[in-house]
Order: sequence, then C-alpha cells, then structure tokens
Amino acid sequence: MPAPRTLYDKIWDDHVAHEAEDGTCRLYIDRHLVHEVTSPQAFEGLRIAGRNVRAPDKTIAVPDHNVPTTAGREDPAQMPEDSRIQVEALDKNAKEFGIHYYPVTDIRQGIVHIVGPEQGWTLPGMTVVCGDSHTATHGAFGALAHGIGTSEVEHVLATQTLIQKKSKNMKVEITGKLRPGVTAKDITLSVIGETGTAGGTGYVIEYCGEAIRDLSMEGRMTVCNMAIEGGARAGLIAPDEKTFEYVKGRPHAPKGAQWEAALAYWKTLYSDDDAHWDKVVTIRGEDIAPVVTWGTSPEDVLPITSEVPAPESFDGGKVGAAERSLDYMGLTPGQKLTDIKIDTVFIGSCTNGRIEDLRAAAEVVKGKKIGVKRAMVVPGSGLVRAQAEEEGLADIFKDAGFEWRMAGCSMCLAMNPDQLAPEERCASTSNRNFEGRQGFKGRTHLMSPAMAAAAAITGHLTDVREMM
Amino acid sequence: MEKFTKLTGVAAPMPLVNIDTDMIIPKQFLKTIKRTGLGANLFDEMRFDRDGNEIEDFVLNKPAYRDAQIIVAGDNFGCGSSREHAPWALLDFGVRCVISTSFADIFYNNCFKNGILPIVVSPEDHAKLMDDAERGSNAVLTVDLESQTITGPDGGEVAFEVDAFKKHCLLNGLDDIGLTMESAAPSIEAFEAKASVERPWV
Repeated sequence: MPAPRTLYDKIWDDHVAHEAEDGTCRLYIDRHLVHEVTSPQAFEGLRIAGRNVRAPDKTIAVPDHNVPTTAGREDPAQMPEDSRIQVEALDKNAKEFGIHYYPVTDIRQGIVHIVGPEQGWTLPGMTVVCGDSHTATHGAFGALAHGIGTSEVEHVLATQTLIQKKSKNMKVEITGKLRPGVTAKDITLSVIGETGTAGGTGYVIEYCGEAIRDLSMEGRMTVCNMAIEGGARAGLIAPDEKTFEYVKGRPHAPKGAQWEAALAYWKTLYSDDDAHWDKVVTIRGEDIAPVVTWGTSPEDVLPITSEVPAPESFDGGKVGAAERSLDYMGLTPGQKLTDIKIDTVFIGSCTNGRIEDLRAAAEVVKGKKIGVKRAMVVPGSGLVRAQAEEEGLADIFKDAGFEWRMAGCSMCLAMNPDQLAPEERCASTSNRNFEGRQGFKGRTHLMSPAMAAAAAITGHLTDVREMM
Repeated sequence: MEKFTKLTGVAAPMPLVNIDTDMIIPKQFLKTIKRTGLGANLFDEMRFDRDGNEIEDFVLNKPAYRDAQIIVAGDNFGCGSSREHAPWALLDFGVRCVISTSFADIFYNNCFKNGILPIVVSPEDHAKLMDDAERGSNAVLTVDLESQTITGPDGGEVAFEVDAFKKHCLLNGLDDIGLTMESAAPSIEAFEAKASVERPWV
C-alpha cells in the first residue's frame, strides 16, 4: 500500500520534473498566467539572454492591474503614460513570444484570476502560477496555484519550471452549515481572523468540510483567493461534481475522449483518509457571522455586531500595530462597528468580482438608492459584465446610483485612477486593507458583496441580515 | 546577481509587525518596466509627506540610519503582494539584509533572487538584535553568510539557518535560470514527454 497522501502531496508528486540531492525540486508548471505589471522585466530578461518562452501554449496573458475601467478605454490616450507603456509592453511581448493574449478590446479580458477559470485554462490537478499573490484563487479547482515574483516569472517563461521546496500540509475544516447572510468571504476572513496573517506561512492549506462542499465554485474561489492573506503559499479544495460541471464545455477544457480521461484522473484528486496534516484548524460554520475588518491588516476581523477593539486587548507587537491601525483608520475603541460611516463602496476584484458576487449585491440593492458619495461595481471580466447586463443586474446597480464599470482590478489596488482620497472610507469587497492600499491615506473595510451593498444603501457599516 | 558573502553595515530598527509590500513600495511606483531606480521611493508613504518632504522621525530619515544596509524588522515582514519591486526597492536603496522573526513566503523567495539575505531568528535573538539596531551610530552588525552568524556591536554572536541551495546561490551570485538549464534540461524534457502521454489534456 502506498503511503496515504494529501491532495497537495499528490499534485506535487505528479509535477516534480527534477529533484536535486539536497531536495530542491524543479516543479513543472502547467499554466502560467501573465499580466502587465509584474512581467515586463521578465520578458526583458529573456530578450537580454537570448532566451525563448519554453511553452507559449501554456502561457496566457491579460492586462488587468493598470487598465482604466471607464468607457472608451480602448483609446490609449485615456491612460496615463506610464500605464500605457506597461500595457503596450504586454501587447508587444505577447505578440513577440507567441503567447495567448486577451487585450482590453477583447470581451474576454478581465482580472487574470477570473479569466483563467472562465476560459477553462484552470483545471483540476494542475500547477498554476502567476506574478500575483492572488493566484491562490485557482486552488478552488483542486489545482496547486500560487503567486511568484518577477524573477520566478522569468524562470517559468524560460524553463516552464519553478525551483521549489515542498511546503507543509494544513487542513482548514469548516463544519456544518452557514447561517443566512453568511458567505464565502465571511469564511475566508474568519479563518484569517483566527489564524492571523502569518498563521499559514510555510503551509499549503486545503479547505474542506460541509460548509466548503456546499459552496459554489465562485464561493470556493473567494475562499482560496485569500489563502495568501493568511500567509499560506496556496489554498486548495478537492474537486468534485460541482468542479467538473463548472469546467465542462469551457473553451480550453478537454473534450471527448480526453474529457473522460481527465475526469478519471481528477477523481483521484482528494486527500487520503489517513493523510498526515502538520496543522489542523476547525471552525464551525454555524459560528461564522458576517464580518468586516476594522484595521489595516486582513487579520483585523470582527463580526459586524462587535465594537472597535482596544489596542491593550492584544499581545506583543500587535498592541503597537493596533494603535497605529486605529489612528490610521480614524476609529475609537468601543465604537460600534455599525456606527462607522462609509463614503465609498467598491464591489469587484479577483476576490469578489464574479457573477454570483454581483447577484448577491444586486439582491440587497434592488429598488433602493445609495446613501454614500460614490459606489462602483467593477465586474471581474468582460463576460461577467455581459452576463450581469443580460440578467438585469447592471440596471439594478445603475438605478440605485452605482457606477457600472468595465473589467479590471480597479480600486482593489488602485493602480489606475480608481482611488480613494485621503481619509475617505471605503466598504470594499477586495482582499487587502493595508495602509494606502486603495489610495494614499484611504481607509478600507473588507467585507462580502452583500455587506458592501448594505453599506452602500445605509451609508454606514451594516449587518446585512437586518435587510434580508 | 551580486554575491552575498559578508556584510558589515548599519542596521535600522523597524519593530512594526506586518510591514507589507504596499508599505515597502506603494503601487504607484509599480508602473516601471525596469528593475532599478525604486530606492528613491522605498517606504514612500512612511518616509515622505504628501509634498515630498522627509518625515523626520521615520527611521531611515534619521542621520544615523540614512545609509542602513540592514533592517531589523517586526514579525511577518513583506506580507502582501508578490511584487518583486519590494526587494528591488530595498536593494536599490542599499539594503542587502533583513532580519525578522518571520517573513511572508513570496517576499522571502524574491529576496534570494536579488542578492538580499532575509534572516529568520528566534524572538529572543530578535530582541537582542533590535536592541543593537536601536543604538544609532553604533548600530553596526556584521552578517557572515558562510559561517551563518550575525555579530553585534558588543561582539555577541547570533547563529542563523539558511537553506543550503539558496546559500550556495547567494554566495556565488548564481543565476537560477542558467542553473536550471544546465542541470535540469534533460529531466524537464523527459517530464514533458511523459506528461503528454499521461495527461494529454494539459
């Protein structure tokens, strides 16, 4: 009998192309996703060394971080010069090296982590990398997916492998059922609240349990997306019928006899009963409430029914960090979270820019008007945008006073002009609440799309359950 | 990549925990298509006010630490994004070594690709080194990668662990890609041949 293995062990074993005596491995990469911000230096490196892209058919590029999300953006004059140079560099590199490419003029363009699954590039059991930490998103398919730096992007382009040492195995089990108003975002934020932003460092997380199984593929992507905020190299979920159903028929999914062969392989992708876990975290689904972040680290998570904590309630270095956070966020200990006024609402990002997220937000917004200065919905891809228009969601948002944007990363990292002003406070469905993340001195509260929609209507942080 | 063998330099204390990549190099500076020139904006929003004036009490603006080559940082340094602009900015500023109790995974790997040595030490050793770093003009540490030791201004020594392969690459300034192509090319080809039979849909 072979030793029992985790899902991560199995994918790892199937991708070691070379193992040196000291245990350093060259892990073969099945899909390499590329965007405009972390790739120009890598392509330049190839050019200088006279190297080619080893597997252009496994390499997919799309501009997303920098692109404007306003109408008429196909006109390069709409972009600031430095952004335009980056996007043009990607255009040129994609063409020159012969890789798959979705330019801004293509309806399939969008956030790289939404486009990959949507087009069927991401499949169970694959290794997927991208020069972006939220590559963990693709783990929802039972793929081993993680972010890499630009030197590693160049390494993968040139060799289709990555130099790696194996991580440890961590199991995060969410048992039972979620209560009404609680979503995938609340799960993933609650896990980080529990383990801290370094709790996953050195691990690959497998999320499992009834509450995870019950999630749609969109929800699973939201959960895995934020594995990185918990410090983990990757997060993954074993594929099941929902996964296969989602993948089937996508443009780059296998067809015919290959589909049957792939399916047979994919059905072997689960953690064996007696597999070894280096760390286990269990949370009861029933105990998870709709949550928001109050500070400037994704671990600063509390149920919406709570109050702003006092720095003294923490230990060690976290006391100073909490003081700094509260000062930055302009909050006072003891203040009720639901009393916090919101200026801006951002719904979108690779965490929550998929159709299901827009449906959840639209359900709350329907027939109401926004009570904030500015609210925007930025769909994760051109196709999500088109589908939302077809389903009438776009009209619900527009009637309520939301801006209805083109696809891109937008205010999640605010590289394009979608930014907060100093001290402007935002209810955001994105993934990071770091200082300055959404704009210089901007204040970010992370939450689910339904919670962000609720805040957009009332003008303050709100328990969405009261609006259901 | 520049070799890293032995470094003697000023160590700046940054005890804040969870110093993230947005703090190290804010996103507006990621629009470059070069690897160099980012040092001017290292820790930009902590280092300068909106008008571009230096914020006096930020550590790297203090006379004793302006030429720091080492940072002793709080827990979980480099968390956040995969942007290699973070180590590029540190390197361009002149920082070749960061010491903390823990690092975010991607940042940690990115350092080694750029000739920067990230060192993980125990909380006890960290407290000692933070204390050393707080001595202003006397905050000089010597980091010896070969012997895997850090020597403080009083001569006290702290030993550290580092992966043997990463150490070898840093000591010799080796280029990963060249190394992979030399040592692993036949294995990669064999892997591709086998995988195309076993998983032809990939």
